[in-house]
Amino acid sequence: MKRQALQVAALQNGTVIDHIPSAKLFQVISLLHLERERSAVTIGYNLKSQKMGHKSIIKIADKFFSDDEINQLSVVAPNVTLSVIRDYEVVEKKEVRMPEELIGIVHCDNHKCITNNEPMQTRFHFLGAERGTLQCHYCNREIKLSDVKLVTKIK
Amino acid sequence: MESRSLVTIANHSRQKIEYLIRMAQEFEKHPNRRLLEGRIVATLFFEPSTRTRLSFETAANRLGAKVIGFADPKVTSGTKGETLKDTIMMVSNYADIIVMRHHLEGAAQYASEVSPVPIVNAGDGANQHPSQTMLDLYTIYQTQGTLENLNIYLVGDLKYGRTVHSLLTAMRHFSPTFHFIAPDELAMPEHYKMYCREKGIKYVEHQDFDADTIAGADILYMTRVQRERFTDLDEYERVKDRYLLKKKMLSKAKPNMKILHPLPRVNEIEYSIDDTPYAYYFQQARNGLYARQAILCDTLGITLEEIINDKIIIK
Repeated sequence: MKRQALQVAALQNGTVIDHIPSAKLFQVISLLHLERERSAVTIGYNLKSQKMGHKSIIKIADKFFSDDEINQLSVVAPNVTLSVIRDYEVVEKKEVRMPEELIGIVHCDNHKCITNNEPMQTRFHFLGAERGTLQCHYCNREIKLSDVKLVTKIK
Repeated sequence: MESRSLVTIANHSRQKIEYLIRMAQEFEKHPNRRLLEGRIVATLFFEPSTRTRLSFETAANRLGAKVIGFADPKVTSGTKGETLKDTIMMVSNYADIIVMRHHLEGAAQYASEVSPVPIVNAGDGANQHPSQTMLDLYTIYQTQGTLENLNIYLVGDLKYGRTVHSLLTAMRHFSPTFHFIAPDELAMPEHYKMYCREKGIKYVEHQDFDADTIAGADILYMTRVQRERFTDLDEYERVKDRYLLKKKMLSKAKPNMKILHPLPRVNEIEYSIDDTPYAYYFQQARNGLYARQAILCDTLGITLEEIINDKIIIK
């Protein structure tokens, strides 16, 4: 193995999330609740990447995510790649898909929306890739995917 | 539990709209009934709206229900920091149905998700006001004998005007042609025009507001151009008089043409028009009673058949 081949240690069992835009790393961490994780989490920040210039990577030992959990990432980092590792081998690759509904993740930017004034979770519907927007279930405000902000406290 | 709440009529089918119009017709024939005797209707107005509240309360009273509630948010615990959910849960212990008006958008949807009793949205901020739309549809049907293939002119504030947006959405089933007449700053938002194109609704945008422009109208729906909507007050001064309806502009109107307005009117319809056969805004307001009687009954699970067969009519 070439010395520069691996910038972050290999994983025996777990999940590798690669190609995270570095600016989105901390949002990915909070969406997946990794701050509460008890097993080993290795984070590579601002690594060199041929495709992206710079990227970030997260390796979580002994952790396997459901599709629903992974799809939460679609609002911040839709192009990440996930590899499921068992016994040092990649046994499955997963892509992020936008779910039809996002609950408790996206902040509604309409300050007159009920979700910004009651202790409650936000709820958004994805209106399709062509339209490229999310619509608030409550106030009907449409938000472009590129303008999405996350709720400050993810429940 | 299946919720019978009425939050919006944007998703109502053509059949459902026609069904509610049939119900309203029954109430126009005989508004005084005992269909809701023994029921309690709560009217919670977190934002004052005298017109809408009186209309709902009259509808409830004429159907024999009793009414509880508040007309002014200053008297509620909301001012002490109580959440909407807590207020709704408390009132739902007392009432069979809650009619609510709120300044926050999405409030009625949220209330309908937490409330054990049905919610009727009497306006949530700039979002939805389904009973207004229902009375508009009823009035259009009443004056034209149909909802099909009409030329509907929307005039004034088409940007913030909740009533015109809801009307546009609800009319999609009936092949209308819409005509938009508004100052640039208050023009119909692009996403509503996109909606029209997606749904195959024809629309025309007009620069002028004069006798020739409106000669083809079946319905002339006026709204108020409000000063506070303008960021550029010079612009307001330039356009404010351009969207006032004057009597002489009706010289080429079709005989069936009716002028509607959600009220309150300030000066956007010249007062001398009130005496012409085209003026219909006061009858429109009265139709609010019948439309709201239909909404209360439907929301409480009373069917059209029961209303038609109801023999207890109070003269």
